[in-house]
Amino acid sequence: MHDDVANESRFQERIDSGEKIEPRDWMPERFRHQLIRMISQHAHSEIVGMLPEGNWITRAPSLRRKMALLAKVQDEAGHGLYLYSAAETLGVSREDLIDQLLDGSAKYSSIFNYPTLTWADVGVIGWLVDGAAIVNQTMLAKSSYGPYARANLRICKEENFHKKQGFEIVATLAAGTTEQRSMVQDAVDRWWWPSLMMFGPHDNDSPNTAELMRWGVKRRSNDDLRQHFVNITIPQAKAVGITIPDPELRYNEESGDWEFGAIDWDEFYRVIKGNGPCNAERMKARRSAHDDGRWVREAAAAYASRDTVAAEE
Amino acid sequence: MKTPDTPLWEVFLQNKQGAPHEHAGSVHASDAEMALQNARDVFTRRGHPVSIWVVPAIQVHASNPDDAHSLFDPADDKLYRHPSFYSVPRGVRDV
Amino acid sequence: MTDLALTNFLIRTGDDCLIVGHRLSEWCGHAPILEEDVALANIALDCIGTANALYTRACDLGGGRRTPDELAFLRSVTEFRNALIVELPRGDFARTIVRQYLFAEYELLLFEALSSCPDPEVAGIAGRTINERKYHVRHCREWVARLGLGTEESRSRAQAAVDELWPYTAELFQKDKLLEELVASGVLPGLDGTSAEWTDVVSRSLSDASLVVPADVFQHVGGREGRHTEHLGHLLDEMQIVARSHPDGKW
Repeated sequence: MHDDVANESRFQERIDSGEKIEPRDWMPERFRHQLIRMISQHAHSEIVGMLPEGNWITRAPSLRRKMALLAKVQDEAGHGLYLYSAAETLGVSREDLIDQLLDGSAKYSSIFNYPTLTWADVGVIGWLVDGAAIVNQTMLAKSSYGPYARANLRICKEENFHKKQGFEIVATLAAGTTEQRSMVQDAVDRWWWPSLMMFGPHDNDSPNTAELMRWGVKRRSNDDLRQHFVNITIPQAKAVGITIPDPELRYNEESGDWEFGAIDWDEFYRVIKGNGPCNAERMKARRSAHDDGRWVREAAAAYASRDTVAAEE
Repeated sequence: MKTPDTPLWEVFLQNKQGAPHEHAGSVHASDAEMALQNARDVFTRRGHPVSIWVVPAIQVHASNPDDAHSLFDPADDKLYRHPSFYSVPRGVRDV
Repeated sequence: MTDLALTNFLIRTGDDCLIVGHRLSEWCGHAPILEEDVALANIALDCIGTANALYTRACDLGGGRRTPDELAFLRSVTEFRNALIVELPRGDFARTIVRQYLFAEYELLLFEALSSCPDPEVAGIAGRTINERKYHVRHCREWVARLGLGTEESRSRAQAAVDELWPYTAELFQKDKLLEELVASGVLPGLDGTSAEWTDVVSRSLSDASLVVPADVFQHVGGREGRHTEHLGHLLDEMQIVARSHPDGKW
């Protein structure tokens, strides 16, 4: 017990002085637990996040868009994979984490429980959803846990093109035919508020934030990150003539912030609890991929053990 | 039903000719050939490395952080291993 | 005349690549292993990239009257000239892998032949494509071995895939007027040996994986004349819906 207190204060000192915590270093059990929860949620979000955009790969309207979208969704798989690996350094297996996703005990970002209704959604997701994710991941690249920070650093480097390809689609549609313009505005109308919700509840209502910040896992609060996102996004919307669906949006000269209206937290909690438009479909898609792929994984394992048997003989 | 675990492999990339192999991350794969292909697909989508190593993660033995002082501190005071420890008469060059 | 023949040949080879790439892209987000999501997407991207390169050269040779996107998104089912094997549904993982293996071995031979094409653009595309296809062959052949030699279920699924796909393989080597013309005018090297070479290589890999090559089965053809299976129409309906719904749209 005495050791734990000493270890914990030494641990906090290391974090406060900006050191990275590595897998074999001493860490409080709760730190380990919280990191596993957070990193696996992040990983699940990448994997489930493949589905809404993946929905449009087969319908992308030009060869260039088709390749860019496929490469982008493929990146999400890669990012999920980096993150599962980061979680695995904490002593859990990817298979256990995936089982938790599939049995519904693990969460993923609620944004992916909204449907992609038109091609414009692909552009708007790249612009807003990836834009919000990049704000978050840029912070996480400085996280105190080494493997998580490194995974986020790699992700940020690769995601640079995601937001840009999204914004290019938005800009192209916004300058297109009447139908295309209304398609892209409609997509922004649908994705704007869920994008703001991606940063999580207000700081006062976020039970984990204070602890995660004290441990240096997070460096900025939810509200702080959300405000930063709004501040960088509004000028981009204006540049291409997109209207942000918030009548209360106004610029505060003093603070330099774009102040925005109230977020519908009822909707946020409703979707988290499983009642978003696509929760059931997303889980069904992941479960069928998993179940349909079981015989393939078994075949690979059987082949590998056959190799081992042959080598030992 | 519990999903059987697929072995974990550590991936090392040599990013250019003559450079050392450096740790890039990990992949899951049932065997070495698949690990190599997965590493290629996952870690070389951008850039152009010249070589990949994959090593079963369970074969990596790491030092214990608690031993860091006893393992690495003793090198600190061996100044005679560094050229600045030695003096040479003024004017002599290329020693 | 030769330009027209080469143009048509590039378009139909591009059609093969586009359609098979499209089928592969359907897996994205649904593969049996996360690493395989990334792998299949890589192969799909290679194939769609080749289609784009071949269409681009075809459009240049055709005097720029059409664009690659028009070829992909505004032609109807009877105008596509891909072989039937690439348009068949993706099926299970065994069907996808076996098809990609059979097709990649064909493409490897084809692009090796095309790398000495007197049209330097085409030779250049072929040269770049060979390395990609070597990897496709390697990846798919390794999976064929794992499925064939893995479990009883995987073997029977892989064998079912071979049985279903084999009747669509001869079309890849079907001789027609277009090929004869290109060979006669020296644009393409003779492809006489390729069919036998392909059969030899493929049969060896399949039997190494304990899979049986069907003997003397009926062989379906028609894709090169635009006589397709019903599957292609549905694929195109999906692939072209956005582009066709907005004829004046830029993307």
